[in-house]
Amino acid sequence: MSTFEALTGDLAFATAMRQINPDVVAAYPITPQTETVEHFADFVADGRVDTEFVTVESEHSAMSACVGASAAGARVMTATCANGLALMWEIVYIAASLRCPIVMSLVNRALSGPINIHCDHSDVMGMRDSGWIVLFSESGQEAYDNAIQAVRIGEHPDVLLPVAVCQDGFITSHAMERVEIYEDTDVKGFVGEYRPQWSLLDLEQPKTYGPLDFYDYYYEHKRQQVEAMEQAQRVIQEVAEEFNHKFDRNYGLFEPYRLEDAEVALVVANSTAGTAKVVVNQLRDEGLKVGLLKPRVFRPFPGKELADALRHLKAVAVMDRSISFGAMDNAGPLFLELVAALALHGVRVPVADYVFGLGGRDILPGEIESVYQDLIRAAERGQVERRVTFLSVR
Amino acid sequence: MEPKTWQEIPIGGMILEAGNAVEYLTGGWRAFRPVRGEADCTHCFQCWLFCPDSSILVDAEHEQMTGFDLEHCKGCGLCAAVCPVNSKVMRKAGQELARDDVRLCIRMIEEGRSEE
Repeated sequence: MSTFEALTGDLAFATAMRQINPDVVAAYPITPQTETVEHFADFVADGRVDTEFVTVESEHSAMSACVGASAAGARVMTATCANGLALMWEIVYIAASLRCPIVMSLVNRALSGPINIHCDHSDVMGMRDSGWIVLFSESGQEAYDNAIQAVRIGEHPDVLLPVAVCQDGFITSHAMERVEIYEDTDVKGFVGEYRPQWSLLDLEQPKTYGPLDFYDYYYEHKRQQVEAMEQAQRVIQEVAEEFNHKFDRNYGLFEPYRLEDAEVALVVANSTAGTAKVVVNQLRDEGLKVGLLKPRVFRPFPGKELADALRHLKAVAVMDRSISFGAMDNAGPLFLELVAALALHGVRVPVADYVFGLGGRDILPGEIESVYQDLIRAAERGQVERRVTFLSVR
Repeated sequence: MEPKTWQEIPIGGMILEAGNAVEYLTGGWRAFRPVRGEADCTHCFQCWLFCPDSSILVDAEHEQMTGFDLEHCKGCGLCAAVCPVNSKVMRKAGQELARDDVRLCIRMIEEGRSEE
């Protein structure tokens, strides 16, 4: 029997870690991810997991320890955010390149500076070309469910890539919500036992990880990572299907919300999608045909599927919780990639970007409603008023 | 050997067979080549112990240092640097010996130079 518990997003993720019982966890505390590491340290101290918990002196060391443990054949998890992720940087790429299926909780937080510990997506957007699979979570429930699925996705023999599970700093990580926690044995049964194909600790067949790789084969190894990403899109859906069957919760590449008969729609990830759903319901009550698309899988980016889901609309707005400075129109990364996908897949619809919520700035239902009002006007005119809006900036 | 495609090689740059460094011929990297000089080798095996490329050839049965594996030797000169016989070759106080001095036990000569 599953139970319903009142948990913060951080504790929900830590609970998934307890049930998954990874062989090694190496992590360094950083706000707002700290609670996850604290709670997990309790589970270790209380003997509720068998995990080798490596307390390290920095995030660079945390990710390094994770890569080493993963190469040794361990099931490995970690957690970080913002500047912690930035300090991991060098090893973040190495984890993906050496094909280590590490699962990381990434509690999205603004990158300094000026120093700020609150939510935005500048941390995860920086890692978008690193070779990690990236999943977004609207709530603590989704962070918990994604954590369980991430293990299966990353460790799949056709994938073997690290997975970052995102949730919004403070908004999700520290807000207490009702979370359905599945039976320990059911979660353990779902994730199964990790049987690494190439363990460094296999003394019968010694092998080398991370040797020098020059112009003769480096390129081929990058091509293999492309293949793994392509396979990942299929595997993510297969794992979701099995998860949906077992735990009765529906996951896919993204979540369409009242999208099918909508005329205009918003694309927004993580916790703001929850706020936007409330706005959608209010506007629907007023008879406006508005909808929402909430991306779940950001890497690999399901361009065609997203384009097809938005094809029928008269106007689309993307809400970006980060800026790609100096990119086209200084827009956000989600917008830029989605615009490319729409163009490549022949979807000619007016589309605008709304940057919002940087450094934890509140996003209120009224502001989201104003975006929908803009969209309705854009649908009537067949074009958007402004390509990029910095919503509610003074 | 025909270079392999991305489908044919282990993922992530992994090397799945141990001890295959011998297949990689690194002798071509050499700028300086070790050669035996006039001083009598005492077969102390210091060069064999320190060589980073296992390129000191020895006759284990007779406990003799017999030469250099020039297919793998990169010419780093560590063998000459650690050779205790080299350091005993007479020189004037304060004077350095040239690396290719014929009186040394292990000399480093410029690769490609023909002599003797």
